[in-house]
Amino acid sequence: MEDDAPVIYGLEFQARALTSQTAESDAIRFLVGTQSLKFDNQIHIIDFDDENNIISKSVLQHQAGEIWHISASPADKAVLTTCYNKTSESRVVTCGAVWRMPPEWESGSHESPDDPHNSHNPQNLELLCHLDNSSHGNASCVLWEPMGDGKHVISLADNHALLWDLTESSTQATISSSATLEGKGQLKFTAGKWSPHHNCTQLATANDTAIRGWDLRTMSQIYCIENAHGQLVRDLDFNPNKQYYLASCGDDCKVKFWDVRNINEPVKTLEEHSHWVWSVRFNHSHDQLVLTGSSDSRVILSNMVSISSEPFGHLVDDDDLSDGEDNHQDEKTKEPLQDSIISTYEEHEDSVYAVEWSSADPWLFASLSYDGRLVINRVPRALKYHILL
Amino acid sequence: MDGDINATAPGTTPPDSDPARKRRVHGMLKLYYGLNEEGKTVDQAESMDPCDINGPHFDPEVYLNKLRRECSLGELMDQETCMVKQIRSLDSDMQTLVYENYNKFISATDTIRKMKNDFKKMEDEMDCLSTNMASITDFSARISGTLQDQHAQITKLSGVHTLLRKLQFLFELPARLNKCLELQAYAQAVSSHRRARCVLQQYSHMPSFRGIQDDCHAIMDKLAQELRQKFRDGGSSAKDLSECVELLLQLDEPAEELCDKFLSHAQSRLEADLLGLEAETDILEFIDRGCNEFVSSLCLVIASYQELFVNRPQEGELASKNIPQMAIGKLHAFVDALATRYFSLVERRIQEEKSVGDNSLLVRALDRFHRRLQAVAKLLPGSAVPSQGTEIVVRAARERIKQYLAALQSFYLNSLTDVRQALAAPRLATGKDAPASLPELLSTLSASILNQIKSVLASVHLFTAKDITFSNKPYFKGEFCSHGVRESLVVNFIMFVCQSSRQFCESAGDRGGSTPPALLLLLSRLCLDYETSTITYILTLTDEQFLVQHHSPVTAVTALCGEAREAAQKLLNHYVKVQGLIISQMLRKSVETRDWVNTIEPRNVRAVMKRVVEDTTSIDVQVGLLYEEGVRKAHSSDSSKRTFSVYSSSRQQTRYAPSYTPSAPMDTNLLSNIHKLFSERVEIFSPVEFNKVSVLTGIIKISLKTFLECVRLRTFGRYGLQQIQVDCHYLQMYLWRFVSDENLVHFLLDEIVGSTAHRCLDPAPMEQSVIEVICERG
Repeated sequence: MEDDAPVIYGLEFQARALTSQTAESDAIRFLVGTQSLKFDNQIHIIDFDDENNIISKSVLQHQAGEIWHISASPADKAVLTTCYNKTSESRVVTCGAVWRMPPEWESGSHESPDDPHNSHNPQNLELLCHLDNSSHGNASCVLWEPMGDGKHVISLADNHALLWDLTESSTQATISSSATLEGKGQLKFTAGKWSPHHNCTQLATANDTAIRGWDLRTMSQIYCIENAHGQLVRDLDFNPNKQYYLASCGDDCKVKFWDVRNINEPVKTLEEHSHWVWSVRFNHSHDQLVLTGSSDSRVILSNMVSISSEPFGHLVDDDDLSDGEDNHQDEKTKEPLQDSIISTYEEHEDSVYAVEWSSADPWLFASLSYDGRLVINRVPRALKYHILL
Repeated sequence: MDGDINATAPGTTPPDSDPARKRRVHGMLKLYYGLNEEGKTVDQAESMDPCDINGPHFDPEVYLNKLRRECSLGELMDQETCMVKQIRSLDSDMQTLVYENYNKFISATDTIRKMKNDFKKMEDEMDCLSTNMASITDFSARISGTLQDQHAQITKLSGVHTLLRKLQFLFELPARLNKCLELQAYAQAVSSHRRARCVLQQYSHMPSFRGIQDDCHAIMDKLAQELRQKFRDGGSSAKDLSECVELLLQLDEPAEELCDKFLSHAQSRLEADLLGLEAETDILEFIDRGCNEFVSSLCLVIASYQELFVNRPQEGELASKNIPQMAIGKLHAFVDALATRYFSLVERRIQEEKSVGDNSLLVRALDRFHRRLQAVAKLLPGSAVPSQGTEIVVRAARERIKQYLAALQSFYLNSLTDVRQALAAPRLATGKDAPASLPELLSTLSASILNQIKSVLASVHLFTAKDITFSNKPYFKGEFCSHGVRESLVVNFIMFVCQSSRQFCESAGDRGGSTPPALLLLLSRLCLDYETSTITYILTLTDEQFLVQHHSPVTAVTALCGEAREAAQKLLNHYVKVQGLIISQMLRKSVETRDWVNTIEPRNVRAVMKRVVEDTTSIDVQVGLLYEEGVRKAHSSDSSKRTFSVYSSSRQQTRYAPSYTPSAPMDTNLLSNIHKLFSERVEIFSPVEFNKVSVLTGIIKISLKTFLECVRLRTFGRYGLQQIQVDCHYLQMYLWRFVSDENLVHFLLDEIVGSTAHRCLDPAPMEQSVIEVICERG
């Protein structure tokens, strides 16, 4: 049983921002934001037909500027936030905004791949509100409340974490509380993640080499992992099933797994990439599956069984494995208790800045490299059955 | 002549006509003149000739006829005169002889006659003598008969005398004992009492003897009391004491009690010795004192104890009590208990011996300790003491090895600190001279470590020296050498070197820069040297010195070498990483802190780039001091004069254009083109080889990749792009020479300029010629 070949989709612009449509649980759908200084930027809505292995896309115009970060509302499929660069009078400012996709995009402008002309006439996003933070500096990312009702977002702007309440169908945004990172020099949040645990009262942020945890009720710091990485921390992700477990990655080429109750030592460290690791993601359902993307142009899927929430000792039936025997990627999965690299994906030729699991299909993920190439891959089938059975 | 006499004898002396008689006389004469039968027969045999005038068969007729026939007249005449002459002389001779014989006969006859008379007189005297003797015998018998009674009386009297003397002794005994007691001549008292005891016992039914016995008992009790007192006092020497015990034993004291008392007394003294030991500071003195005081006292105690209780000839009722067995049991317990305390003292003392400067002192001390315990072993076979002593020595040796390992390790760390200081100090003082001393530092470091190892080996070797008593124990022959010295000391140290080197990679990795890069480089070279030669050398040296026989599996040289190589590789990788990081940080800061949109038109190469080139050059020098050049690909003739295509990335983009087609397989032709373009995927933090070019390539790769990633995060104005162009050209001019494949530098710089152009709001590239002018001016 061959694994399906990866599906590659090319954007005409460079791109860094990728997210899955969090509120969509049926269709496999990813959103990609482009980066272009010369042309109007776009948000590509990429639908993947798993049955037929076909990609279909829709393009929405994002005229506000080049997109550095994109994030979809967990409650409303049509709502999303972006962080974008706005150039005005020789100044580059990064802003955050909440957008709504025009209702027709799905039915109306579904283009056929053979008809490139349609793309010249895409629809615009409808601005709901700015996450106006001119007083707080440049927004690096906007985070939705996980599994929330789409009423709360946090934006990280320079050294501030701002909690916004969205009211009036998200057309009004007010800062309900904020936290500021104090310290020497110009501190700047590089990444953040809203914890899905503890009633969504915790936030983890990264600045320089440190990882900090915040209590959103008091907006105060609850832990700080100094020197979590040798160099800059690029991304964070919470284990969706284990409330104290956190993954981080950074410029020291390492991926580290932390138990935030004991911040002196990482629980586990992976050192598989040969350059900076820009993105790390736990699989939403099977948290032993960890996806990382790096500027060495590789995407690595790891199987971190030893620190996953799934119980040890799935019995391996020889029959199950014999199917995947001819699959070159599966050999390591025969030892169920071993942490291992499941697969290294080398379809990218430029730095991979974003990886994301599909919110609809837990066995499917997308990765985006700077040159605008989006690759959709699946977890090797043998491993999938191994985990399921 | 004889023949003549014989022949003429019958004629001249005819007294006996009997031929037999004549024959006998003839024989006697012959005897007298010293002739024998044989001579005669010889004569007979020789001269049968009848013409021989001297022969016995001479026939005058034949002779005469012969003469007449053969001789002339003259001759006959001569013969005749000659014969007459001879006859005459013969006649006179014969006359003389006869006369002599006659005289002799006469004197003999006289003598015989005189003897006859004398014998007769003697016979009379003998008779007289025998009568006299008979009378003497008679008298003597009578005297002895009379004396017999008196003799018996004397014997009886003398018997009474001895008895009386004994009695006197008995009566005087109490007084004598008292006196002895006064004079403290206990031995005499006891022996006196012993002599009298049986008698007194026997005659105790008689009141007078009973009195004496009681007195004696009283006195002896007192004596025993006094002896016990002396026993208890404990001031007396072991010899006195043993005498005491002997006496008490003779006084029928219970042996067991005596044993206990003896031992307890000895114990108190030995304990005093032990207490005295605790104050001693110097190990050798400590052991000496332990040996001389405690062990020798112990030996003395054992010896005298055995003399007293064990080896005594068994007599009387003592034999039935089986004293030796009981005594030996007690002795063993006693010795074991004391030895345990002594050993614990010794062990504690040895443990205090931490200074590793001079091992010979400790070895000598241990040797003495061990040697002295052999005496105990001889005295007390079957005792656990010597083996325990050996164990202590073994433990001490083990401990020593551990200490030496620790010392080696701290020496190594100290040397590293020294190296660090050496690396840091001259840089402050003399600037660029510092790197020049790297090879020296390396050789000094490795030489001093080697020396230290050698001196430690020499120190440890003392344990196995031939003149050390314990060196022939199986432990020191086998396990000590292979397991102790080779594994625990040498192998562990090498492992430690490798591991501590690795720790530099790990601890410094996250903090960044806590270890000076030069040290990393130096250590990497050190480990590499270890891998190539030093480890083999050290282990061979060890094996030779200690004649290691590998009974148990030992760490193979190859495994250690592998370990060292791994450490070297890791260190070098880390060096590359650290150096790359330093340059990366400069580049990153320079990109991140500038407002690239509003920058001015470039006039110069930015100072940062010059710094980068300078630093790279100095790294090149530094690495070159320790590592070989390595191979590089051939340079193109105009490496420094290469132009960038600013739009390489945009070209890329146009090539991508047809691939909009979602999910469609890409044009194969295009794919192959792209693959060609990226045929060598650049592994940024890949392991480097052990040569200069590879190291420099690694550092430059890391730096440029950082540059690229940073550039992509920024937005540039027109002049920002131009500045980057200038900077990249400058880097291009200087960096190509350091790397193994200049295309790599081209590729990365192309990417940087391309990405910058892409991130530029107003991408108007600078003229290549202008760039060159600016760069050359800089």
